[in-house]
Amino acid sequence: MPLASARAIVGEIEIVEADPAADRRKLVEIADWCDRFSPFVTLDPPHGLVLDITGVSHLFADASGNGEEKLLAALCNALRKGGFTACAAIAGTAVAARALARFAPGTVAAPGDEAATLAPLPAAALDLDVKDTTALRRAGLKTVGQVAERSRAELTARFGKEMVFKLDRALGKGEKPISPRRILPAFSAERRFAEPVVSEDMIAETLHGLAGSLAAIMEERGKGARRLEASFFRSDGVVRRIAVETGRPLREPGTIAKLFRTRLDALADPLDPGFGFDMVRLDAVHSERLVPESVGLEARPDDDKEIAFLIDRLAARFGSHRMLSFLAQDTHIPEAAGVAVPAQHAPDPTVEWERREPGEPPRRPLRLFAKPEPIEAVAQVPDGPPVTFQWRRLRHRVRKAEGPERIAMEWWQGEDHKPTRDYFRVEDETGRRFWLFREGLYHHETMMPKWFVHGLFA
Amino acid sequence: MSPLARKLAGTRQLLDPILGESRNFARAPLGHDAADAMLRGGLARDALHEVFPGDASAAASGFTLGLAQRMRGHKRLLWIRQDFAALEHAEISPTGLAELGIDPATVLLLRVAHAEDALRAGADALSCAALGAVIVEIPGNPKVLDLVASRRFALGAQAKGVTVFLLRPGAEPQPGAAETRWRIRSLASADHDDWGMPRFDAELTRNRHGELGRWAMEWCCDERAFNPAADSRAVAAAPAGRTLAPAEPAWRRAG
Repeated sequence: MPLASARAIVGEIEIVEADPAADRRKLVEIADWCDRFSPFVTLDPPHGLVLDITGVSHLFADASGNGEEKLLAALCNALRKGGFTACAAIAGTAVAARALARFAPGTVAAPGDEAATLAPLPAAALDLDVKDTTALRRAGLKTVGQVAERSRAELTARFGKEMVFKLDRALGKGEKPISPRRILPAFSAERRFAEPVVSEDMIAETLHGLAGSLAAIMEERGKGARRLEASFFRSDGVVRRIAVETGRPLREPGTIAKLFRTRLDALADPLDPGFGFDMVRLDAVHSERLVPESVGLEARPDDDKEIAFLIDRLAARFGSHRMLSFLAQDTHIPEAAGVAVPAQHAPDPTVEWERREPGEPPRRPLRLFAKPEPIEAVAQVPDGPPVTFQWRRLRHRVRKAEGPERIAMEWWQGEDHKPTRDYFRVEDETGRRFWLFREGLYHHETMMPKWFVHGLFA
Repeated sequence: MSPLARKLAGTRQLLDPILGESRNFARAPLGHDAADAMLRGGLARDALHEVFPGDASAAASGFTLGLAQRMRGHKRLLWIRQDFAALEHAEISPTGLAELGIDPATVLLLRVAHAEDALRAGADALSCAALGAVIVEIPGNPKVLDLVASRRFALGAQAKGVTVFLLRPGAEPQPGAAETRWRIRSLASADHDDWGMPRFDAELTRNRHGELGRWAMEWCCDERAFNPAADSRAVAAAPAGRTLAPAEPAWRRAG
């Protein structure tokens, strides 16, 4: 209806611009919330959601059975309370359910009964493109039932294969699997509360209990969790998800609960229970085979376990990108020879650390600047070490120097050719030791070589 | 036992680790005989130690690593650093660790945003007896690092036997529960000598259970022990700030 006509009917009308982006965000929010009915939720933009409720409806059943109707009612009621107008239906296929939701909301099609349930609906319910819908109407096929009666060959000749597939799916034959929005967890445990819970202790206890259930199912399959996610469903529809990662497959409930406690303590915006959570779910989003430990092979297996737990705890509190371990790299470029990687995800080392030469003093500095700092240096001979240099506004007089150690940049890596570096170990008059380099070969690569300080020796 | 006596005994139990009066420390020798003698057999393992850099070099970090290496045995070492420290004082280089004789695979690094986090992480780490030593690097004198925080570290170290080192670049010493406190400067190589092992002018400025001293030490990267630095220009005779101007630097061609 044009705005002018609307205004003509109702004088005082509030006008709001359409905001598809906000609509979409809201839809995602509702999808998150729908997670409590089934983990298998997918968006059907602009206004729809599809839930695969295979194997969940019995959770809503009461003495009289028919869990599906109860589920549908619970979903619609909850959405209505949230201020939404919802049309929903249940059927054996997504296409059928979609058609019913739009043209006969509230219907629950019994399994195998889709064709009969859909038959009286207008042909538009098939959701074909406008051209095809018009063509069906002109041909006198007004309802889905009438269309379904025609022979498939006839329909294929007129409308193409796609239309026939769609028709079949709508009639409950054949199914196009829906793809879930979120990765389905391998293992999951949840707890619903009759009365929403608010207290921290209760939440901690619930997580501990869920971790226990999760551990039991993971143990049956010989798995341990590498990434766990706790979802807190607030009674007003807000869902908060909190994840912890582990360095090795884990399933001890106590440890899992402790990791979550640490994570919850460290949240910048704490978990806000509002009027309480009515459901908590714990998922093992990512799991791996947990090999039973062989005791006795390692000197102190407990030590490794304890360290792994400490790493997990610190990573949960400060973020896994901050808890690092060192990994040797196969390169001779000083700043790349060793990298710090998240300790939880550190791959097994493929490269050994370079052995130090016995009897030799350190050839590499303990502290290395990520970015070499430029210095002003004065050298006596073009390829010699500096006599004095100025770094961070202080002048250093070189008392001792060793070098040069020539390190060519790896020209086979990348396109930009970096100049060769001549490294010197120098000691100033107070005994401070620096790792300096001159960038560029004099005469060959540059006439004005630049000097940098790259590291500090102990 | 009367209630009062019991209360007193309880208080005593609480205070003893802080005052350290009636306590036998597990000690590990540094390798430097004179210093070990002054420390009554070595540095206390289950205690807090503070290291203050005396100059803008990596000497104090190297010295702290050396101490930590002596204390930790085969257990792992955790280094907690503030992001600011990495910017100002450069990153810890694993190849540098390896060159000092410390296996980088046994060292963990935790980066934290500020001093408060560093303290919390330190406290967390001390509950893990599988760690050998923890180095907490906190630049300057943040307010949160007060007497209480320091005592907490000392008690934590005692509880699980994990040695804690507070590395304090750019900080002024304050009252605290540290068992020992060191001020570390670089020590110039002996004249006409080759470039040698890392050398330190190590000054023990506080020692709860013994006297103070100042020694010239050398870290032997092969033995992983401190040795007396041979043929050094007398430490006491080289006041900081004195400039030596050799005619021309000794340059050994190497590489």
